[in-house]
Amino acid sequence: MNVTLFFLTAVGAVIAWWMAGQRLTSKPWLEASPAQTTIAGRKDPPAPAVKIGLYVFLGVVGALFSLSISAYFMRMESADWWGMPLPRLLWVNTALLASGSVALQWAKREVRHGRMEALRLALVAGFILGALFLAGQIEAWRQLSAAGYLLTDNPANSFFYMLTGLHGLHILGGLVVVGRTTVRAFAADAPSARLRLSAGLCTVYFHFMLAVWLILFALFAGWANDFVDLCRQLLS
Amino acid sequence: MVEIPAGSAGAVPSAEVEDVELYHPKSWWTKYVFSQDAKIIAVQYSVTAISIGLVALVLSWLMRLQLAFPGYFEFIDADSYYQFITMHGMIMVIYLLTALFLGGFGNYLIPLMVGARDMVFPYANMLSYWVYLIAVLILVGGFFAPGGPTGAGWTLYPPQAVLSGTPGGKDWGILLMLSSLIVFIIGFTMGGLNYVVTVLQGRTRGMTLMRMPLTVWGIFTATVMALLAFPALFVACVMMLFDRLLGTSFFMPAIVEMGEQLQHGGGSPILFQHLFWFFGHPEVYIVALPAFGIVSDLISTHARKNIFGYRMMVWAIVIIGALSFIVWAHHMYVSGMNPAFGFFFATTTLIIAIPTAIKVYNWVLTLWRGDIHLTLPMLFALAFIVTFVNGGLTGLFLGNVVVDVPLSDTMFVVAHFHMVMGVAPILVIFGAIYHWYPKVTGRMLNDALGHIHFWTTFLGTYAIFFPMHYLGLLGVPRRYYELGETAFVPPSAHTLNVFITVMALVVGAAQMIFLFNLIWSLFRGREAGGNPWRATTLEWQTPETPPAHGNWGKELPVVYRWAYDYSVPGAPEDFIPQTQPATGGTTREAIA
Amino acid sequence: MAVVLILVLLVLASVLFHALSPWWWTPIASNWTYIDSTLIITFWITGIVFVAVICFMAYCVYRFRHRPGNQAAYEPENRKLEWWLASGTAVGVAAMLAPGLVVWNQFITVPDDATPVEVVSQQWLWSFRLPGADGKLGRSDTRDVTPENPLGLNKNDTAGLDDVIIEGGELHLPVGKPVRILLRSIDVLHDFYVPEFRAKMDMIPGMVTYFWFTPTRTGTFEILCAELCGVGHSQMRGTVVVDEAADYQAWLEQQQTFTQLLAAREPQPAD
Repeated sequence: MNVTLFFLTAVGAVIAWWMAGQRLTSKPWLEASPAQTTIAGRKDPPAPAVKIGLYVFLGVVGALFSLSISAYFMRMESADWWGMPLPRLLWVNTALLASGSVALQWAKREVRHGRMEALRLALVAGFILGALFLAGQIEAWRQLSAAGYLLTDNPANSFFYMLTGLHGLHILGGLVVVGRTTVRAFAADAPSARLRLSAGLCTVYFHFMLAVWLILFALFAGWANDFVDLCRQLLS
Repeated sequence: MVEIPAGSAGAVPSAEVEDVELYHPKSWWTKYVFSQDAKIIAVQYSVTAISIGLVALVLSWLMRLQLAFPGYFEFIDADSYYQFITMHGMIMVIYLLTALFLGGFGNYLIPLMVGARDMVFPYANMLSYWVYLIAVLILVGGFFAPGGPTGAGWTLYPPQAVLSGTPGGKDWGILLMLSSLIVFIIGFTMGGLNYVVTVLQGRTRGMTLMRMPLTVWGIFTATVMALLAFPALFVACVMMLFDRLLGTSFFMPAIVEMGEQLQHGGGSPILFQHLFWFFGHPEVYIVALPAFGIVSDLISTHARKNIFGYRMMVWAIVIIGALSFIVWAHHMYVSGMNPAFGFFFATTTLIIAIPTAIKVYNWVLTLWRGDIHLTLPMLFALAFIVTFVNGGLTGLFLGNVVVDVPLSDTMFVVAHFHMVMGVAPILVIFGAIYHWYPKVTGRMLNDALGHIHFWTTFLGTYAIFFPMHYLGLLGVPRRYYELGETAFVPPSAHTLNVFITVMALVVGAAQMIFLFNLIWSLFRGREAGGNPWRATTLEWQTPETPPAHGNWGKELPVVYRWAYDYSVPGAPEDFIPQTQPATGGTTREAIA
Repeated sequence: MAVVLILVLLVLASVLFHALSPWWWTPIASNWTYIDSTLIITFWITGIVFVAVICFMAYCVYRFRHRPGNQAAYEPENRKLEWWLASGTAVGVAAMLAPGLVVWNQFITVPDDATPVEVVSQQWLWSFRLPGADGKLGRSDTRDVTPENPLGLNKNDTAGLDDVIIEGGELHLPVGKPVRILLRSIDVLHDFYVPEFRAKMDMIPGMVTYFWFTPTRTGTFEILCAELCGVGHSQMRGTVVVDEAADYQAWLEQQQTFTQLLAAREPQPAD
């Protein structure tokens, strides 16, 4: 559960940082304000709720994957674990997902400058790259099964299929939202605030899922273990 | 939020809010069924949760009948007994308590108490309820599936949960249970995002975090915890589904089942337990923290006194929430995990007793020098303190690793967790329903019926669970279909079992009075008016009762003070609503 | 008023029940009296807190109940009092935790002279294995379980050939000698639980778990399963008999070794 606890510490740090700005040590009973006060509110305009909602959701997704990874490490300790070779295709898929992320980042920039043509292009590119990533993952599954690495043979295989599946479902969900944003971008002549927001949020989500994928990839490739071993050596 | 001191700025700008199309539903369907109004969703959640809770109540009767009169009721065989305990546990913990506190009270109270017009994502909120309903239906489907529901115990420990020695293990039971949980978690996440973001972003002007009522603090913290803890259950359920359906070996070691070698190998049952309790322990506080918050407000309002040590109460909620993530393995002292973990988890577990004890002291100290109105909500709050203190203290037995060794898996554990996370939160739920029913319906619940309900429930549950500890001490194991002839159990223990069962039947029957009261008062209850308890918090200051969709009419309320200005010296009344500005005078600086 | 009275009566009844109830732990038959002592300490501390908190609450309700003209005090907090209470609680918690951890340390530190005794569980039967003359238990694996070899011993491990196997029968232990109970399951989770010994531990398929104790008095005790293991859970009983050394030896000599078991069960070669 170390991975999970590490993740939760990070989440806890964010919460603590946020709470530190909320005057939790004030004495509210001394602070009734008269009507003449401007209860001003925040110094900056409040962040849109959807944006905060997305970050909270990413926290949930992060917890989900860190728990899975914890389970991966704990299951790995048993004797019946053999690592499986990774198909080359995964490198291509990684590149696809990364370029999808870049495309969306591009879309985010274009929407800020109000260039609709470029925005549509970028969104479509992001969508297609994401879809290709998914197709590539499924192809990787097929290659592995064909090579005889079946789901039930070994826990390493089981985790590979389960985690890539879980990640793929999240990508699929993201694609639905990107798709909707793209449709909206084609329908609009000028970037509305809503479109700007959507494009920004899609970008954040895809960057996050890219990061999750890179961690999973490192895990499957065995680098994560080397890293953990290194940490252990440094500690001891 | 930053407060600018008086004199540096002009008057408060108008808080007029644009009218939203959503607040004027066009048809009966969008108003009452597919409603996006958090208050309607809250009622939907509550009604569904209470209905499924009634099923669980009946199941508890059946299992108690079996324990008191083994063999007398022929339709309760070992299979169905284990199915009853499993469904009873799972329904009560997840589908009743979690759903009612967060989906029910959270939906109703968060927007009203922080001065929002609704949840921030009304559509996701609606979806959350319908997904929850589907989860409940899948769960209930287990009763009608071939082989019946699962009988693996609510902890669903593999390998037995997916083997044929357990009811539903090789049939539909376990599949439906796992699917239902997965669906529940998806639905909960939609709701949970709403509750958290509404508290973060939906607060009205002036509502700083430290002006929030403790109810909101409790529900908010519990929701954050649930969002981080439920994924553990989600992962565990998915992995177990893989093991059961696809033949993987995440949790399944080499097994000889009834003389036959199974295909699995190498898996770790303890891994499941870690995942399960990583969710399961925070779950206890997911249920307890909203109860802590609500009971604080009930005590303060009905004792006409500010909650004692508000800051300490807030910090305690946050600290308990954080600590509850590093105590999970105290459920696993005798699970065969590395015994060295016992030192760490016993220490963290007993440390969590300190903030919890502080909360108890502060509730009692709120009563000190109060002006205690013994209304029904107050009675339930007092009863909560008794049962919670009792259950909390027995938790110190089970948390202290070596004392847990003889007591684990005995009736002592059953008595402990029923007292602390069954009865105690449910007493708060009742208190809260008597307290907020007038806001939800505009009418008061009947007082006489309420008193009968209160005394039977409080004394009855105490009579059920207090003696049960001693059965555990004696060594009677839990989850036993029948104790049979056991040398160390004296015959008098069977008499005690009969007594407990009779009390359980009585307490269960008393809940029918409560249900009758809920329905009867809806039509015949005394008109309540907008603020029958003379409370300070925002939900009692709505322009209409029950509040319309949008809650506040044209203008959002503006908050000028904290939620606990009761019996302020020099004030004309013994409460000052949060919406009332300070009148220049600084009477209270002198006191503090 | 009724409330105050009932709260006080409730406390009184709870204390009386505790003092007078005939339901108390079974007389101990192992060295773990420390566990009982820790439990008693916990009872005293928590009992005092329970009585104090509820009685104080009842007093508050009595003294400060609503009467016309009453007004509550305005007292947002009292830091000093809160710190005192918190520190007092911390001391109480430490007083329970410290002995608990010390005893836990003993509980998980097996003495070197403890004899290994293996308990193997399956749905819904207890079997046992004692080391033979060599004092060692042979290797075993669930994969090797067959009808002839019900505990899955490794036939190629010479250390296991003289192991004494008791399938579904009584376990005997000599009084006064520490034993290290090794727990193994071949199907689902079980838990070896003898109330008189106080100790218990789950049995996990695929793992060997353990605990240790010293039987301190002779007698016959019932073994129960304390971890839900399917529909037969409550029927899964066994017996452990603690003997004087001489009786134990006499019993041991009558038992079957693994070699004898194999010989008796090996399918006869077909003619």
